[in-house]
Amino acid sequence: MKLALCVIALAASAAALAAAAEDSHLNEGPGRDLTLGRCSICHDVEYIPSNAPAMNRVGWQKSIQKMRERFGAPITDEEAKQILDYLDANYSGKS
Amino acid sequence: MLTRRDLLLATAGGWMSPRLRADEAANGADGLVALPGKRPLIQRAFRPPNFETPLAELAAPFTRNDAFFVRYHLAVIPRLDPQSWRVQVGGASVQRPLAMSLRELRRAFPVVSLAAINQCSGNRRGLFSPRVPGVQWGNGAMGNALWTGVRLRDVLRRAGVAFDALEVVFNGADSAVLPSTPNFVKSLPIERALDENTLIAFEMNGEPLPHWNGAPARLIVPGWTGTYWMKHLTDIRVEPKPFAGFWMTAAYRVPTGAFPGARFSSQETPETTPITEILVNSLITSPPSGARLRRGEQVELAGKAWDNGSGIEAVETSADGRKSWREATLGPDLGRFAWREFRTPIDTSQPGPLEIAVRARSRSGATQPDKLTFNPSGYHDNLVQTLSVEVA
Repeated sequence: MKLALCVIALAASAAALAAAAEDSHLNEGPGRDLTLGRCSICHDVEYIPSNAPAMNRVGWQKSIQKMRERFGAPITDEEAKQILDYLDANYSGKS
Repeated sequence: MLTRRDLLLATAGGWMSPRLRADEAANGADGLVALPGKRPLIQRAFRPPNFETPLAELAAPFTRNDAFFVRYHLAVIPRLDPQSWRVQVGGASVQRPLAMSLRELRRAFPVVSLAAINQCSGNRRGLFSPRVPGVQWGNGAMGNALWTGVRLRDVLRRAGVAFDALEVVFNGADSAVLPSTPNFVKSLPIERALDENTLIAFEMNGEPLPHWNGAPARLIVPGWTGTYWMKHLTDIRVEPKPFAGFWMTAAYRVPTGAFPGARFSSQETPETTPITEILVNSLITSPPSGARLRRGEQVELAGKAWDNGSGIEAVETSADGRKSWREATLGPDLGRFAWREFRTPIDTSQPGPLEIAVRARSRSGATQPDKLTFNPSGYHDNLVQTLSVEVA
């Protein structure tokens, strides 16, 4: 019984570590470097995976718009589109 | 269910950090992350720093300074020298603008202490259903402390408040990376600023304020959510007009009329109004959700209950899925703005699952709801908390 629990605990830790490795770097894909570069001017990109469960394409579009219009993020229209495509493809409704 | 997700969030937040920030943070063995001067906490974001107090640290009557949650909007956070620090008081509705040091504040005015909870407006946002964007806090964006300082009204009276004063505007030393980002500036209605319980505090639990909690001085607005408790306070302006900054007119707002509590009339629109007072609420600190209790074991259900300062009248608990309720024993009254401990024995005489629920009632008669009032920013989650334990 104890051994089984240990195995489960180890498996859970390994899963947590694997998830951490995934989360601590933004997913690979088109627009990733641009997203990392622009967003991390002001904040940690941990906000991206942590907010993913609350987000879809419209949500990310609003978020990018808020960062540009309200917070003055230096992001051009073309860059905003690339960042939106990246975030939507990788972090919409994902946990 | 809530607690399980909380645990998962905590695990996710903690695990990703050590590898990333080994040079900047001393990390706990349990996956939590420590800012300098803090014990390991649940990291929601590193920059700007947003760190949550683990549930186990919320069991004490006063939350330890090094375990108290940390919340910032903007990433440039200077360490201020308490010797050279001054608070400036001015604005169009002030008759005699002034600047005072810590030493001058202590000498000029009565130094007072009060216990109060500091609760982030977005506490429990990560538990909201449906999910909403923002820092995904669990239960620990709050704590209780003894705050020591001078009354804001004493300082304002020395500066001379004109009859046309409408709001008092507060700024702190932290600022944004980009000049185009709105600085974090907040205002209070003049009557709340002049309330005897609104303090400029320089001590927390008998020690100088920790850097991450606003050193050398911060605003204390007991009963109101943490957004008004300006950290690293440097500027106070008394104004005859509503302050129109982003953090008042666009952030920290709820649908008008959706929640009880003080009104902030000068900032209200037909659609939205600033969040103001904390709602009656409670938190189970033990046992943890999913705990397995031994048959016949003596176990207590314990936690905290609080509201906006009317005080807690009673806490009721249920162990049968909310069919029957009984009153818990309340702990010492630490003051009406503090939380109140509750405890009650858990009946472990029969094996099987127990569906536990807790609801608090304030002295103003307010109780916790069974349904969440949705609002897009995920504020005011004061649902009756439930959890399951098993007697085996």
